[in-house]
Amino acid sequence: MKRVVITGQGAVSSLGMSADETLAGMREGRNGIGALEFQDAERLSIPIGGQIKGYDPAARFSRQQITLYDKFTQFALIAAEEAIAQSGLEFTDSLAEQAGVVLGTAGGGLQTQDENYRSVYEEGKNRVHPFVVPRLMNNAAASHVSMTHNLQGPSFTVATACASSNHAMGQAFQLIRSGATRVMLTGGSESMLCFGGIKAWEGLRVLSRDGCRPFSANRNGMVQGEGAGVFVFEEYEHAKARGAQILAEVVGFAMTSDASDIVMPNKLGACRAIRGALRDGGLSTAEVGYINAHGTGTTANDRTECAAVRDVFGADADKLMISSTKSMHGHLIGGTGAVEMLACIMAVREGVVAPTINYEQPDPECDLDVVPNAAREADVSVALSNAFAFGGLNAVLAVRRI
Amino acid sequence: MSKTVEEQVIAIIAEQALMEPQDVSPEATLEDLGIDSLGLVEAVFAIEETFDVSVPFNANEPAESEFDITNVRSMVRAVEQLVAQKADTGT
Repeated sequence: MKRVVITGQGAVSSLGMSADETLAGMREGRNGIGALEFQDAERLSIPIGGQIKGYDPAARFSRQQITLYDKFTQFALIAAEEAIAQSGLEFTDSLAEQAGVVLGTAGGGLQTQDENYRSVYEEGKNRVHPFVVPRLMNNAAASHVSMTHNLQGPSFTVATACASSNHAMGQAFQLIRSGATRVMLTGGSESMLCFGGIKAWEGLRVLSRDGCRPFSANRNGMVQGEGAGVFVFEEYEHAKARGAQILAEVVGFAMTSDASDIVMPNKLGACRAIRGALRDGGLSTAEVGYINAHGTGTTANDRTECAAVRDVFGADADKLMISSTKSMHGHLIGGTGAVEMLACIMAVREGVVAPTINYEQPDPECDLDVVPNAAREADVSVALSNAFAFGGLNAVLAVRRI
Repeated sequence: MSKTVEEQVIAIIAEQALMEPQDVSPEATLEDLGIDSLGLVEAVFAIEETFDVSVPFNANEPAESEFDITNVRSMVRAVEQLVAQKADTGT
């Protein structure tokens, strides 16, 4: 089996328009959640989100590009460009033929759907722009990344709700590990912060009106975010031969299905995914220093996730750190695991563990070291990223310092 | 004659419980009726649509919400109050 390393990272989130800015926000424990600003926001009962403010698409893309790029595609392209630039790779000849892109998203071009439903239903128009379909399709982001960077290998989109990005990165990992390809762009993007996107979530009544406080006893729900994270996954010998800067090694991946409930999390499914990732990576529980939690800030997730970690890690659960960076950038749904992978890489590469901010009251049902409110320096050799989606689909990745 | 608030709330709960309204006891809890979290969220939605009220309910902590879900009777009383408040404010 081939070894797989990460040689580039890119991101956009409400913490910043690059991986570096997003990581700076995580180090500072900055709150990227604020008032939602878009058409009809005053008709929502949920007033907050991790919205990217002050973003001007015209400063990044041409008019012709914008007619084809929904925001979730724009975010993916910005993150991909940053990741590729850092990797130093050029996609020509046989590398271009092999390299592909697999991205996660849950909503796809939801902004495009929202705008055009408004136009035909509310405004009564009978004609829509010719590119509505290519703009809204779930594979638009992956396809545009492949076209922009000449990636001609395996490319597709993974949609497993809140686990989409982790499932996507898992696919990229396995494609390289098996020898099918040497380089994959992978991660995910999401842009659900529009009237219809939030209105739909309001119906479930799991969103907080006042803030994201994972693991804190006074938490009262999740807060949505938007953005993208994209990474360059590369076969280790290929990266070494060209003298690439290696950020971390991807060592383990597992996916499981709860097969029980469409929205309620299930401890057994989570346990099996965490154990599976450790087994896949040949890792012991004692090696894991940090877990980037799914940590949504709902009562059910946080309690179930902590119980799962206790079950899997036993006494070692008290030696590891587990934080939810969603407290800062919100829940990016299909893009969330990608932005959160940054925190895992930072932990193993820089020895800095991102905090869980807004932590106010201990909860006996979440009695782990959740790195409350301030980032911490620590020697972490292995980090896990948890993602437990609606629909009971779980995906856990393990990365190691190299 | 139009149905009372109680009759309508019980009909909504009965629909979620897959029971006949006359079989729904006022003392029954959601657990007794086999209504899970999704069923409860749907019932709250149906109550809001039926009476044009806003039910103070957070699915994260159903028991902590202002909306008292102790049993069928408590839910009926809570909806009656919401309907009365609505009549008072004329909204």
